[in-house]
Amino acid sequence: MNRYAIRAIYMFEMSRTFRTLLQSIASPVISTSLYFVVFGSAIGHRIPQVEGVTYAAFIIPGLTMLSLLNESISNASLGIYLPRFTGTIFEVLSAPISHLELIAGYVGAAASKSVLLGAIILITARLFVPYSIAHPIWMLIFLGLTAVTFSLFGFIIGIWADGFEKLQLVPMLIVTPLTFLGGSFYSIKMLPPIWQKITLFNPVVYLVSGFRWSFYGASDVGVEVSASMTLVFFMICVVAARWILTTGYRLKP
Amino acid sequence: MGAKFHVRVTLELCNFGYWTTYVYGEKHGRHFAPSRSRGPRIKTPLPPRPQGEPVVLNLDHRNDEIEHAAPSIISVKNLTKTYASGLQALKDVNLEIRRGEIFALLGPNGAGKTTLIGIICGLVRSSEGTVIADGHDIVTDYRLARTKIGLVPQELSTDMFETIWATVSFSRGLFGKPPKPAHLEKVLRELSLWDKRHQKIMTLSGGMKRRVLIAKALSHEPEILFLDEPTAGVDVELRRDMWAMVRSLRSLGVTIILTTHYIEEAEQMADRIGVMSKGEIILVEDKTKLMQKLGKKQLSLQLQQLLTKIPEQLTQYELELSKDGGQLIYNFDARGERPKIADLLRDIAELGIDIKDLQTCESSLEDIFVNLVRAHS
Ligand SMILES: Nc1ncnc2c1ncn2[C@@H]1O[C@H](COP(=O)(O)OP(=O)(O)OP(=O)(O)O)[C@@H](O)[C@H]1O
Ligand SMILES: [Mg+2]
Repeated sequence: MNRYAIRAIYMFEMSRTFRTLLQSIASPVISTSLYFVVFGSAIGHRIPQVEGVTYAAFIIPGLTMLSLLNESISNASLGIYLPRFTGTIFEVLSAPISHLELIAGYVGAAASKSVLLGAIILITARLFVPYSIAHPIWMLIFLGLTAVTFSLFGFIIGIWADGFEKLQLVPMLIVTPLTFLGGSFYSIKMLPPIWQKITLFNPVVYLVSGFRWSFYGASDVGVEVSASMTLVFFMICVVAARWILTTGYRLKP
Repeated sequence: MGAKFHVRVTLELCNFGYWTTYVYGEKHGRHFAPSRSRGPRIKTPLPPRPQGEPVVLNLDHRNDEIEHAAPSIISVKNLTKTYASGLQALKDVNLEIRRGEIFALLGPNGAGKTTLIGIICGLVRSSEGTVIADGHDIVTDYRLARTKIGLVPQELSTDMFETIWATVSFSRGLFGKPPKPAHLEKVLRELSLWDKRHQKIMTLSGGMKRRVLIAKALSHEPEILFLDEPTAGVDVELRRDMWAMVRSLRSLGVTIILTTHYIEEAEQMADRIGVMSKGEIILVEDKTKLMQKLGKKQLSLQLQQLLTKIPEQLTQYELELSKDGGQLIYNFDARGERPKIADLLRDIAELGIDIKDLQTCESSLEDIFVNLVRAHS
């Protein structure tokens, strides 16, 4: 295994993060705080408790997931798209590294950054709402698995995209709507029965539900189902990424 | 075959080169032989090309390989590349690169040089054929193969926001080598980048960026170095520095494969030269042999009076008489034995033949190259 290469890519990506620290960390923190001010404090007081917790506390896991998904995708897709765009990817492609090592470097860095960000959001939220975490280990597992899965998804988008517009397209058109409709701000039990069924096709429902369960012990769908669905999506991304790298799709003519 | 071969080739080459005119009397003795650096050079139109057979060059470079059975460090076999567009960029390429040599790959734009290098370095997938680099197949055993290879690409693509030091350290790590600051320092000093090591790459000039790319390629101590047009857009001084660097690398045992459009560069640097055209390797030859075979000089004497035949006293010079009888042609090898120009001119004077004008012409690698590629297309 080429440890030095994984380390080099990982450190390179992390240093890119720290170079743009302000926009990498500050902007999600600010936007999350705004959500709390608006939904948690201003509107939240008029909403009764949801599943046994205050509305402000209820939205914390969903909000964290929202940021986690968006950041994982945008970090990972930019991380691989930029070198493709500038041409510096040639060096990585000519290096003695396996596909797995390449993914480990890029996706590992993007996922680390997302986890870091998730932690910062949770700490920020603590300033607004006194919440507690019922299953901390499960919380970390969901956080990590989601960060890795969606970084992998972002990596795939970064290879597929052939312009900056496309880079924004998937997060804008698919991920954000799915997250908003995935029960970040409501329990799907609040939906009419038919929509409760339809919404089960939305993978984000499982992520948010499982993550929220790790906080408050209550969930829309069973935690085992949540965990398996997340794993399934993870496996799909792994297979897709491997296919991309073995066929050289968009990377090697 | 030998003499006849020279004559034919030389005549053809003169056709694509130009005559160098020297006015008799201004130069004499051993300085008479025209050289590229001294004496007035006047370009004059060429006389009509003599009728005869076309150029015959020894294109069968495989013979050459057998002759020098030096172990190859890179062995390319039946390599074919067809891009998704359907364009066939490489057609059954066979090439052996010898350990420790400087190999210059020449060829017009689009010949397939970068494609060939791309396949060897793992940037482009081959359609057919195999490449062995230092005993390792570049596909099945890519890890070991690629560790040995350094690549300086044709395009100037570097990270902009990184410092020089960070980017070379990154490259070294990427190629699986543990940190070795002393080596990186040596490389940066050799490329005059040491003082700028903490500068961001975006603040460097184009020539310096190219040097950064070279430093990156050398950071992991490769045994094989590919330089794809390393001196494009590089000033004269830096170009000379680069040549010196390439030579010193070779003296350390590094095998270097470079592409260039400056034939002078190949002439100066290379041990062997390969010419590509339209996806095929049309010639591989030792540079010195190539120059010997083709680096012929020709002296032509315009006569005041027409001759019907070459006087017997001049047979030892193996002269040729032009069809109209107004021109005597003497072929000599500037690099071989001392040409007998002074003797010839004295003998001609003694015979009472008046010379109106006199020209010499020599074939350069450039002529050879242009000629070959034209013949191929
Ligand atoms: N990614 C690609 N897709 C399709 N065709 C390509 C691709 N890259 C190169 N080609 C084509 O392959 C041929 C060989 O290109 P290549 O870059 O190898 O030439 P070259 O000898 O390096 O030329 P130059 O001296 O201009 O650098 C050209 O006709 C080029 O248009
Ligand atoms: Mg090229």
